[in-house]
Amino acid sequence: MSRVLLAVVLILALAPRAGAQEVAGGAPRVVVGSKAFAESWILGEALTMLARDAGADAVHRANLGGTEIVFEALRTGSVDVYPDYTGTIAQVLMKATGRPSLAEMRAHFAPLGIGISDPLGFNNSYALAVTESTAARHGLAKVSDLARHPDLRLGFTHEFIGRQDGWRGLAQHYGLTHLRNVRGIQHDLAYRAIESGQIDVMEIYTTDAKIERLHLRILADDRGFFPRYDCVLLYRLDLERRAPAALRAMLRLVGRIDERKMIRANALVELEKRTHQEAAAALLREALAVEQRVEARNVVREIATHTREHLSLVGVSLAAAIAVGIPLGIAAARARWLAMLTLTLTGLIQTIPSLALLAFLIPLPFLGISPATAIVALFLYSLLPIVRNTYTGLTTIPPALLESAEALGLPPTAQLWRVHLPLASPAIMAGIKTSAVINVGTATLAALIGAGGLGEPILRGISLVDSALILQGAVPAALLALAVQWGFDLLDRWVVPRGLRLPRAE
Amino acid sequence: MTAGRAPLLHRLLRVRSPAESGSWRANGATRRIDHRAPTTDSPGLPPTTAVIALENVSKRYGDVVALAPTTLAVPAQQCLALVGPSGCGKSTLLRLVIGLITPDTGRVVVAGTPMTRATCRQLRQRIGYVIQDGGLFPHLTAAENVTLMARHLGIEQEKIERRLAELAELVQLPREFLARYPAQLSGGQRQRVGLMRALMLDPEVLLMDEPLGALDPIIRSQLQNDLKRIFQQLRKTVLLVTHDMAEAAFLADEVALMRAGAIVQRGPLADLLDRPADPFVTEFIRAQRMLPAEAWAAEARP
Repeated sequence: MSRVLLAVVLILALAPRAGAQEVAGGAPRVVVGSKAFAESWILGEALTMLARDAGADAVHRANLGGTEIVFEALRTGSVDVYPDYTGTIAQVLMKATGRPSLAEMRAHFAPLGIGISDPLGFNNSYALAVTESTAARHGLAKVSDLARHPDLRLGFTHEFIGRQDGWRGLAQHYGLTHLRNVRGIQHDLAYRAIESGQIDVMEIYTTDAKIERLHLRILADDRGFFPRYDCVLLYRLDLERRAPAALRAMLRLVGRIDERKMIRANALVELEKRTHQEAAAALLREALAVEQRVEARNVVREIATHTREHLSLVGVSLAAAIAVGIPLGIAAARARWLAMLTLTLTGLIQTIPSLALLAFLIPLPFLGISPATAIVALFLYSLLPIVRNTYTGLTTIPPALLESAEALGLPPTAQLWRVHLPLASPAIMAGIKTSAVINVGTATLAALIGAGGLGEPILRGISLVDSALILQGAVPAALLALAVQWGFDLLDRWVVPRGLRLPRAE
Repeated sequence: MTAGRAPLLHRLLRVRSPAESGSWRANGATRRIDHRAPTTDSPGLPPTTAVIALENVSKRYGDVVALAPTTLAVPAQQCLALVGPSGCGKSTLLRLVIGLITPDTGRVVVAGTPMTRATCRQLRQRIGYVIQDGGLFPHLTAAENVTLMARHLGIEQEKIERRLAELAELVQLPREFLARYPAQLSGGQRQRVGLMRALMLDPEVLLMDEPLGALDPIIRSQLQNDLKRIFQQLRKTVLLVTHDMAEAAFLADEVALMRAGAIVQRGPLADLLDRPADPFVTEFIRAQRMLPAEAWAAEARP
């Protein structure tokens, strides 16, 4: 039995320490956030470079999913600054019905300790776009023209579909509620879909570089529905005290980026497959005449880093799930009510979609936008197979064996260690293996909240429509899942007693 | 009618004794090593001390009476067989003795100590318990199964090894089988290991619940021979549950016939045959098929 214990200790010990990157002596720490699309990422990189040049210990948590997640991170202090758009701030964050002024926005957010910069210069508005051929075929030039074509296939981001300044409001404003063929799709994938003719209409951001390359026709907002989406910086007001130089450096971007510059920077990433750093450096050169040194990409090192991050996430969460799950399973096997409770609860957790779980966890203290949040989520997902299998393994021991152990006079603890757990060990190991393999897959989602791992190249690849980059994350993740499977098969031979692996003689 | 048939039954049961048949096992009953049987302690004499005692013990599950209030004493070094149809409460009685179930009324006293929640673990070390198919732990080798409790108690390795060798010889299990897992042993071998495990700490009391129930007839008779030899050699106080009257007759000093949670009659088999307390006693004994039907018919003809 001691082997099972040893194996658990080993897993705990081997699990690399995650999230231990709090360093830097006197330099103030500035955490820059950005949303999961190229423009936000480039701006995030640029802000990070400026803050770093001003002497701050600046890090960039890129690719943080939608507006709610990044703003929640800002509100709870796990992010200090991120770029957003006035229209989005009004509609999503203030739930305003009218069109609040910048002053009104500042008054609204100041009590939360959040400030808003002046506009950086460009307006990245929403618009609806179709391909030239679709436009010609159906005679589409304005949004109101859509009303005559209810069978068109619309592909919008989930955020756009839900927003009052998105499809919901637009459909009411233009009387398009009879257009039912609406599908939710990730923004960069929508470009692929419209290019290959799988959808007819998509929403675009007016600074997207692909509009020109794909020859998309922007439908005129003929009844003036969309507000302005001037890009501004949202930042924590305490930066003025904590890192005044960095804040000043970042605010230098105010009024310096017009639409043309932003589209060009976006094109570097979206069309010319340059890195976000390179695009950010180019943007800074044009806007502020600041030179930045950009490291060349090193694919091997990137894969190694992401794999290491990935293993940390999986290892730490799995170790915690083992440490908690097995005792929970043992307790459940002893008390019926506890079994009902724990199995129902852990089962319930399993049904929460991973993105939703991450979103729930971010506002909690000590979590926020960090690997810790991803680890907690993975831990929660790992619990069920381990608890359930421990419980099942213990409750399906033949009664004759339970009585034999009891009849020998072994005290309860000795029965557990010398008889019950070894007999349940095949089931327990199977549960741990299931959790580990599922974990390797689920951990790719950690990139959504900036926790790194192999999900990062996948997300980046999706947003850049770069299959090579997607494979750079997907292939190691798949190999890792296989390796984990094999590793546990080997561990099985060591942990599960030999007598339980033998076929019966008769 | 009944009285006339009784001696015949008696005779039939005796005929079944493998020791007398001679052909069961080449080196079976003849290899008795040490009799140690005190001359004063022969079956039939009144018991001086009861090693197993049930005092007004009863157990029910809901409306079902598993054991009606029962008082029973097994004297030292005697073997009492509990016999009866399925569900008559004989296994319940055995499990009450070792404290796997607690009685609703009355108390169980083993070797002078009442079986309670507080005493049960200590007391169980003085009781060997053997069940059908051995109840061996599949994750441990035969040797590990036998020595599990001794190792838990921290008995020194050398002593354990010596005892293991002694027991292997006693139950006639070749040494090489000790390193095998239960799945690698035959049914008979598993039963021998189960017996070794029960005897490891040299308990005063041996409880056996259908120990040979899962074995084929030839292996079964070999083990019956060996058990009889071991009983005689070790002089343990034994409570044996079986549904086979011939086995009871062969191994036990006395028989207690049970029905519906109560002991109908208890005594030497001859008493049950000659002076049945209840028609059920004769009926039950007669229902045991000792020999093929033709032999029965031939014997029955005057």
